[in-house]
Amino acid sequence: MTIIKKKNKNTLLEKEKKLGLILLLPTILIVLSVVIFPLLANFWISFKPVSLGDLRPPKLIVKERIKGNLSEKSQIAEIQYRFRNSSIKYDLENVIIKDIIPNGFTVKDLQPAQFCKLKLKELICNLDNVSSRSSGKIILKVHKNDQWQKELDNLKKTKPLVTFSSKNILTSFEFNTENFKKVFSASEFFEVLKVSFYYTIFGTAGALLVGLLAAQILQKSFRGRSIVRGLLLFPYVSPVIAVAFAWVILFDPFSGIVNSMLVQMNVIDKPINFFGQKYTDIIIFGYVFKFPLALSMVIAFEIWRYFPLSFLFILARIQSFPEEVYDAAKIDGASPLQQFYYISLPFLIGIMSILFLLRFIWTFNKFDDIFLLTGGNAGTRTFTVNVYEQAFAISNLGAGAAVAVVIFIFLLTFSLLFMRYSKKETF
Amino acid sequence: MFWKYGLFFSILSGGIWGIFWQIFFTVIGILTLGIPLSLEISQIMIIGPLVGILYIISQKFLSIKFHISAIIIITFLIFISHLGNPYQVEDENRLIIFMLILLTSFFIWVSLNHSLYNLSPGKLSKYDIESFFIKFLWGLGLIILILITLIPFYIMIMTSLKNQQSLILNPLDLSINLNTDFKTLFNSYIELFTNFNFHLFLINSFIVSCTTVIITLFFSIPGAYALARLRIPNKKIFSGAVILIYLIPSIVLIIPLYVIFSYIGLRNSLFGLILVYPATTIPVALYMLRGYFSALSSEIDDAALMDGLSRIQIILKIAIPLSKPAIVSVALYVFMIAWNEFLIAFMFLDDPSIFTLSRGIMSLNSSEIPQQHLMAGAVIATIPVMIIFLYLEKFLISGLSAGGVKG
Repeated sequence: MTIIKKKNKNTLLEKEKKLGLILLLPTILIVLSVVIFPLLANFWISFKPVSLGDLRPPKLIVKERIKGNLSEKSQIAEIQYRFRNSSIKYDLENVIIKDIIPNGFTVKDLQPAQFCKLKLKELICNLDNVSSRSSGKIILKVHKNDQWQKELDNLKKTKPLVTFSSKNILTSFEFNTENFKKVFSASEFFEVLKVSFYYTIFGTAGALLVGLLAAQILQKSFRGRSIVRGLLLFPYVSPVIAVAFAWVILFDPFSGIVNSMLVQMNVIDKPINFFGQKYTDIIIFGYVFKFPLALSMVIAFEIWRYFPLSFLFILARIQSFPEEVYDAAKIDGASPLQQFYYISLPFLIGIMSILFLLRFIWTFNKFDDIFLLTGGNAGTRTFTVNVYEQAFAISNLGAGAAVAVVIFIFLLTFSLLFMRYSKKETF
Repeated sequence: MFWKYGLFFSILSGGIWGIFWQIFFTVIGILTLGIPLSLEISQIMIIGPLVGILYIISQKFLSIKFHISAIIIITFLIFISHLGNPYQVEDENRLIIFMLILLTSFFIWVSLNHSLYNLSPGKLSKYDIESFFIKFLWGLGLIILILITLIPFYIMIMTSLKNQQSLILNPLDLSINLNTDFKTLFNSYIELFTNFNFHLFLINSFIVSCTTVIITLFFSIPGAYALARLRIPNKKIFSGAVILIYLIPSIVLIIPLYVIFSYIGLRNSLFGLILVYPATTIPVALYMLRGYFSALSSEIDDAALMDGLSRIQIILKIAIPLSKPAIVSVALYVFMIAWNEFLIAFMFLDDPSIFTLSRGIMSLNSSEIPQQHLMAGAVIATIPVMIIFLYLEKFLISGLSAGGVKG
């Protein structure tokens, strides 16, 4: 009896395993093809000198036409094949052009004779190598016979068959580390590294602090609290493109409200280009201090847009906290700051460190915001913007992919840290 | 120590609230009148503290009558200190200035009434001092928070309802002129829908976002159920992989995706987008739904199995109906991600007839197209998300808090 039972259980388990994998299979497939495969492809590309232009594969363009007077009287005509290598970079190898000569014509002469031959009615031209940008002609002198009129259409209809092989930089097995050398040796690498970390650390910490403050403010119940809570989430749920352009227009040096307001109120004497100026001098006690203006603006935007998220998480955590503990603390004479410092903060520190790590990863990966606000100019170029800049602005896909690899390595390090840390905290 | 006395705090908060509201209403004045008003805070720096003292010593006789007379006194003091003509404006603007000053006085008094309420002028305990600061900063913080959040949105709407001429003439005029007829007011919107194909962009965005939601749910519900309920080998590794994949940003994938999709000819097509978007949202949805499904009691499943239902039937008849709110949250969250997505749409779409809204707005960002068109585009893209958000706030908030670490 027991044996049968065990066997039954096993088959049930087998069945469950099978079903589970079937249910997960579509997810696995789509993730493999759209995330994992491109990720590997990115590593592949990063070791190759690929540019945007390489995406158009080289082609041999062949045009066929008939020259000569094709009327009842004349006997001789000429069929021409003109071919051209469309690529300006790559040679074409093993080029073969084949075509069928219709019955109505007999070939008298063939140029160039060393490459082309005629097998019955089939023309085979083995051109071997056609170097980049070069072109050539195949000329057939033909005599027409009785049937030519009927076959004329056929001649035009049958397109010449072209086969060739070309070196495709994307699929070849040639690798070099030029891209990485370029990325790491560029003097701007450390600048980019510095900007990325400034942006990430200040953006994340700022959003977390403002979120904590907002959560503290909304912890107290007052009329219209739920409306305010909804309002505070607006920056986060709106499309990034909408709010980023609203900021750009708000701080525009020519027609922006902030600039005209500051000028009107005599705070500044001429407009400031908030998103276009790398540094502004701030004088504190006679020391001139170079303040990174554009970067700070981008960080301010980051804080403005993402504080709602930290706020939401922290508020949810605060509201799950038993009220009695505070009451007890009040009776013991703990001041509000003491209550915050000794009760709330230790309670919130777990969620806040998790939020910090996760937001750190996401801020580090942020592209849209900086790209839309400054385009990565004026000292705001982070790694993510550099990917775009290298790959699509300078059209060096390989270098862009190399920067993406650097991002991925950072990301992996951060996530492993996160995974180790989040095991201790329930999230 | 002088700073332990309530009187000191009344002076402090009087000064700060005075300066705050003076700046606030000067800005409002500039915006409504559209003329330069220079900010002078020296007078209010004296009046504010005086009012603070007035409040704290007269606290015992507070009544409606007293409140009203106090506000009138503050207004009077401000006028006197500016020699009867604050901001030195022309006669026709005097009435508005008077209203502004009255409002300034009103808000100063209300703010003081909030932060100094029940504070004695004498020596205070540490508890009272901290309570005062917290109350004081609470009010200030709340106002600043709301203002900072909403200003960019107001600018967006206001700019979109302006015409080129008035924007150049006076960038500071932030009022919306509601007296003009519909056509002039909504000119930018009409332009966008007639000349810039925004109706197409709107439809495209809806198609892409809704398809993404459907595909995501279709794949992630069974997947999440399997991860939550079924005994699968290496489940932990799989769950970990889901989180890792969910952390990979699209900027790391954009180059290979661009290359591959160019080669197979899917780059400049909505179909390409519909292929890529679910791949970025399925891991999030899986992660969120797995949590919800695990929270359901597994005894129901066992009972159903005993009754002879298959697992597929359990998903359809038990798991989905029981977690409807969760599925709505996930659907909304995924819709939001797809609707707001910018990078992939920007890189993939070249042909204006298949632009999504994000891509379409990007095409308005040129020096030849006036600002108000750009802002009208931004408003059009924001409104659908806002409508969803306001109607289904509860669902979206729970969606955000479950998966919202992404973004």
